[in-house]
Amino acid sequence: MSTRSLSIAITGAGGAGVISCGELLLRAWARAGGRGLLRKAYGPQIRGGESAALLKLTPDECYTAASRYDVVVALDWDNFSRFEDEIVLDADSWVLCEEAHELPAAVVAAGARIVHVPFAELASACHPEGRVNMLALGVLGRLLGLPAANLAALAGEKLGRKPGAYREAATVCIEHGAARDIDCQLPLPALGSRGAWYLSGNQAAGLAALEAGIRFVAAYPITPASDVLEWMAGGLERVGGQLVQAEDELAAINMTIGAAFGGVPAFTATSGPGLALMTESIGLAVASETPVTILNVMRGGPSTGIPTKSEQSDLNIALFGLHGDAPHLVLAPLDIADCVFTTGWAVQLAQHLQTAAIVLSDQFLGQSTAIVSEPRRCTPLAASPAQGPQDAGAYLRYRLTGTGISPLATPGEANQRFTADGLEHNEKGTPSSRQSDHQRQLAKRQHKLTGFDFGDDWARVEGDGPVALVCFGSSSAAVAEAAGLLAVGTRVISLRLLAPLPVAAFSAALKGCSQVFVVEQNHSGQLFHYLRGQLDFRQPVHSYALAGPAPLVPEHIAQAITKVIGS
Amino acid sequence: MTEAIRLKAKDYKSEVKPIWCPGCGHFSVLNAITKAMAALGIEKDDTVLVSGIGCSSRLPAYVDSYGFHGVHGRGLAIAQGLKVARPDLTVLALGGDGDGFSIGGNHFIHACRRNVDMTYIVMDNEVYGMTKGQASPTTPMDWDHSKLTPHGPGVRPFKPAALALAAGAPWIARAYSGNPNQMAQLIAEAVEFPGFSFLHVLSQCITFCPEQTDWKAIVTESQAPPLANADEAAKQFLHEDGFQTGLLYRERRATWPPQGAATVEEAALGKLAASFRV
Repeated sequence: MSTRSLSIAITGAGGAGVISCGELLLRAWARAGGRGLLRKAYGPQIRGGESAALLKLTPDECYTAASRYDVVVALDWDNFSRFEDEIVLDADSWVLCEEAHELPAAVVAAGARIVHVPFAELASACHPEGRVNMLALGVLGRLLGLPAANLAALAGEKLGRKPGAYREAATVCIEHGAARDIDCQLPLPALGSRGAWYLSGNQAAGLAALEAGIRFVAAYPITPASDVLEWMAGGLERVGGQLVQAEDELAAINMTIGAAFGGVPAFTATSGPGLALMTESIGLAVASETPVTILNVMRGGPSTGIPTKSEQSDLNIALFGLHGDAPHLVLAPLDIADCVFTTGWAVQLAQHLQTAAIVLSDQFLGQSTAIVSEPRRCTPLAASPAQGPQDAGAYLRYRLTGTGISPLATPGEANQRFTADGLEHNEKGTPSSRQSDHQRQLAKRQHKLTGFDFGDDWARVEGDGPVALVCFGSSSAAVAEAAGLLAVGTRVISLRLLAPLPVAAFSAALKGCSQVFVVEQNHSGQLFHYLRGQLDFRQPVHSYALAGPAPLVPEHIAQAITKVIGS
Repeated sequence: MTEAIRLKAKDYKSEVKPIWCPGCGHFSVLNAITKAMAALGIEKDDTVLVSGIGCSSRLPAYVDSYGFHGVHGRGLAIAQGLKVARPDLTVLALGGDGDGFSIGGNHFIHACRRNVDMTYIVMDNEVYGMTKGQASPTTPMDWDHSKLTPHGPGVRPFKPAALALAAGAPWIARAYSGNPNQMAQLIAEAVEFPGFSFLHVLSQCITFCPEQTDWKAIVTESQAPPLANADEAAKQFLHEDGFQTGLLYRERRATWPPQGAATVEEAALGKLAASFRV
């Protein structure tokens, strides 16, 4: 494995700068033409807790977490035990740490090779403002063959707004670290072409939203979605949009609906607890046919759960959380670069179909950073059915049309006045509790989604073997890697569009499969149960569902499948 | 070019018939709103009435403008999102005391402090009418007409004007459904005020609170000019009986979002995307 990829974990107390160290290392690796992924693991505390920068450097684009680590740089061991499940070491691993520290039992048991580096002493000796994370950066840069000058330049960019002494200290520490001769040989992955992109899934989603025309955001801060909003705040200002920090998620979704009603494409981002608060009003968007996009960056649940770590356990609430019959869109980006495509697609679909779109990202996708080729964009959808000005009083906001999509007027347009309503209504929008109006409007809202041609992007289908591996969102990369480890022919179906589920296309994609495995990162098998209700499977269907927060491990998935089908 | 025709109050009413009980104070609010619209010569196409849920929240459908009838308690949030996204529109949020002070209470105080340039009219009848007569946050402590609280709510009622003041509202007025002309005048002033204007309307519900017919004798029209000092207003709002009508408090304050704070960049999207290139 280590010839194909190189995995590095940098751990330390929160605020010690291990994330900065990891980011700078990955950015320098990107500038050298490398590819890779940086996963950020935090404890619940922001300062004084634990944090870890988990890097995986690879020859090609990579979206899976490392299942073991080649190098661990432990700036202190106090908090290491909280990552023991996630940072797996073996006899081939190298551990760089202070001599004075006592090693955790798990590290000793793994038989990893230990190299003592006096990080703290070196950092304070070389500069009064010297910091251990910059010293570690120099050490790691040398191991990766990255020139200290490049690292120092990147650190200088990052510290641009800090006092000069900080930048000077960073440079000196990096240089001293890079000068340190360390007895540690690492097989480096091959470098690729330059000109790549370096971004997190949350940034990718934010960019895609702006590119798709979003000009209004209202949201309430929540981990791990706040950084989408922070990035968009700056972006919106530059493109001429508005961001409102709302008093709660109830306000956030309703402000979003209000702006969208005004004809301004609108968006909000949240995580599980916030999505739960928003559900009543998402139903309002559905009933009033107001286009809104909700990015839900999933974290461990239920309740407050595990706010800083990943899980795919909001599928049920995204699909079924709304009361009444409320057809809406649920999508899931498959990887960091795909956050651009899928979020852009979701915004366009919501606008076109005049409904709510929920995008299921997660902490792993959202807060990991990857070096990727320029992300694919969503081609603009054909414009909604044109509607000319109509005579005063003739406009029917909720007109029954062949597609189910009605002409949408916005305030300011002459003579198209109507009152949008969450009460059931007739074609004009006047409240109505009549059976006939209810049935017609329900059917219309359903038909505009199920009758729409979503094309080929509903899933990424790889391979045509007899064993189907079905997953959604961020599990896709681990499942694809697991497929590569299996001796049998596989077909990986990674779902982007979860609702409405394109049943005909899905059934066609399963044709000829003898076994189906549904893989997902949650405890109860939410996707498995959903698919069993939606599709008439003609072959045995098995569930591989494992709760977060640790990422799905391709080897474990492959082992579980082999156990069922035999090798 | 056709000459603009001066519209009358009745021209601002829609064809939808109100579902309110006979004698409901909200008829008078509807009349006052359309009267104010006519007085201001407001463009129907550029005006949006937004509401939550309750008897009073049905009002947008009865006015011939754009409207949004949202879910319970969230009208203010919809209205603020709309106004921030579309500052060119005239936005009025409407609702009742339960919608605005109970389920929507958080939005109320934050709307007061955010100070978006819009008007909020609360039709306060001290009762949940649509669900058939339960106590609201403004119901007197000893009001024992509801089966849900047979001994009265036993909780001190909110003082909406004091609440709005404490939360930072810059324009606070009170009207009475029995005096639609004064109310129309106040609504027109509220719409013209640059900021968040809060109009508290004593709007009787004779179906569930027949005793409210007595308000006629208690309500007095304030002759004093509006206070422009929050200290004095606080004293007045905490100690008054709540039956004085008129513009009670007005103080200019910066609205949100700040005007012209952001500079829109040319080709910003391309630059944002390019910032992710290594």
